[in-house]
Amino acid sequence: MAITYSPALEAKLQEIWARYPEGRKRSAIIPMLIYAQDEVGSVTPELVEDLARRCEITPLQVEEVVGYYSMLHKEKWGKHHVQICTNIACLLMGGEELWHHATKRLGIGHRQVTADGLISLEEVECAGACAWAPCVVDGYEYHHHVTVEKLDQLLDSIQRVQ
Amino acid sequence: MFNEPHPLEVKIITKRFGLPNSASIDTYLANDGYKAFLKAVEMTPEDIINELKTSNLRGRGGAGFPTGMKWGFIPRDNPKPKYVVVNADESEPGTCKDRLLMENDPHQLIEGCLIAGRTIGAKRGYIYIRGEYRYLIDIMDKALAEAYAHGWLGQNIKGTGIDFDLYTHSGAGAYECGEESALLESLEGKRGVPRIRPPFPAVSGLYASPTVLNNVETFSSVPAILLMGGQAYADIGTPKNGGTRMLCVSGHVNRPGVYEVPLGFPMMTMINEVCGGMRNGKKLKGVIPGGSSSPVLRAEECDFPMDYDNYAARKTMAGSAGMMVMDEDTDIVKVALRTMRFYAHESCGWCIPCREGTTWLRKMLTRIDEGAGRRADIDLIHELSKNMLGRTFCPLGDAAAMPTIAFVEKFRDEFEARLRETAVPVTSPDQLIAIS
Repeated sequence: MAITYSPALEAKLQEIWARYPEGRKRSAIIPMLIYAQDEVGSVTPELVEDLARRCEITPLQVEEVVGYYSMLHKEKWGKHHVQICTNIACLLMGGEELWHHATKRLGIGHRQVTADGLISLEEVECAGACAWAPCVVDGYEYHHHVTVEKLDQLLDSIQRVQ
Repeated sequence: MFNEPHPLEVKIITKRFGLPNSASIDTYLANDGYKAFLKAVEMTPEDIINELKTSNLRGRGGAGFPTGMKWGFIPRDNPKPKYVVVNADESEPGTCKDRLLMENDPHQLIEGCLIAGRTIGAKRGYIYIRGEYRYLIDIMDKALAEAYAHGWLGQNIKGTGIDFDLYTHSGAGAYECGEESALLESLEGKRGVPRIRPPFPAVSGLYASPTVLNNVETFSSVPAILLMGGQAYADIGTPKNGGTRMLCVSGHVNRPGVYEVPLGFPMMTMINEVCGGMRNGKKLKGVIPGGSSSPVLRAEECDFPMDYDNYAARKTMAGSAGMMVMDEDTDIVKVALRTMRFYAHESCGWCIPCREGTTWLRKMLTRIDEGAGRRADIDLIHELSKNMLGRTFCPLGDAAAMPTIAFVEKFRDEFEARLRETAVPVTSPDQLIAIS
């Protein structure tokens, strides 16, 4: 089954492909997967097959990569993927409380999705915001110095938009 | 987001941070931008390498290897294409400096790569940025497009006859890919597992070709060094420890943030003055001085000038300069457990002592944290950690073992106190069953 992308993503994939020398197109697989996953929603078998062809490797070689990197996922995540860091710097500043609060409020756990498909949660490792801890990342958007109140505001705003 | 600067800072690589549109090429060009590259074109590769050796610049990613020496290892007469690779996979817990360098001054990094390319004769480079930093990938892509448009990248750059192409490359979530050989595997489109060394990347790196691989901060320091001269840069720091470093201070201080200070800056001055002292007037319990891999220091060990050699003298390491400050109320067992949960999650599974060791340590630390630990567990944790040291391809196994040994040796009383406390409810994710 052929897969079609938006013109913007198609252009992005071709741009990524062109970055690597002839015979080294396998290098493009991880960036291509992550950009394509953002649009497709997850790593589907069709996506694996198409990107394998573009990168001149076998679908199995793509699967190896998908199984290794924690940001690549075969399950659909919520429209908003909310990531809460509980690593040391965030732990010291209350990251665990944020995590427990979010799981209780949404009734879901690590890498699970709310029934309406709106929000998924993930307890992540250090997101690189240690000096502005604790941090919560919504998709690719960083929120720093997060408190339980600020987390509630963020979740409220996500749920209200719907 | 960036904290207010402090008067004790010495701004070499962060000097453009406060300027309007500091990320734009116009701001960069108006403030010494790309002058160092033009200077490098006039110099021979040996001169550039010698200037870096004189500067005593040491790798800012964690290992602290002298940069001039690393660049000097590249066999420049090797007929294979050569590569420049930037490690922007910043994921050592406690570290958040490369982010600021890319966000506020991307052209400084580009110029550093350009100079590296000119030195070793590379025509191509990649900036490997962790996948979570998508907004930074966008900023870097924009800066790269500007550099191409202004003729600072591409063919025959500014009529010098030098060609250099530079690209971003997104990771996808793996701490292990911050390790140089795993990063190269990942850049080749594979699982990020480490390679055995030697050969080192300087001889056989990306696509088995000679490769210069450094941290963002290291490359970003190069233009300033060439402009001010290696000796002037070296004079800022202490002997064998040239220049400045961006210290990322987090935890229980009043003004956590990222500050650029000379090497050899006293740690207690950092905590008490630059960071405004301990939060809520609490006492200092300890500091994890260089990212989660570095062994913890007790409060009484923290009064020293921070350069690579002084950390080593205290049996810890400068690492990635991620300083996590802990006050008297900090639960060391929880910190040790959280550290180990991290390493158990991030171990790539390639080497058994690391894969199994981190998992068993996590289980034992969980048991102690929940009050179900046995007295023998404390010594077992210590012994198991010691047995992991030096038995893996890459330093992740050591990185997990070293801090654990220090936690147990320096805060043994806290582990023992947990044995007597038994009424702790089960809350750890290890005890929850995931249903999906």
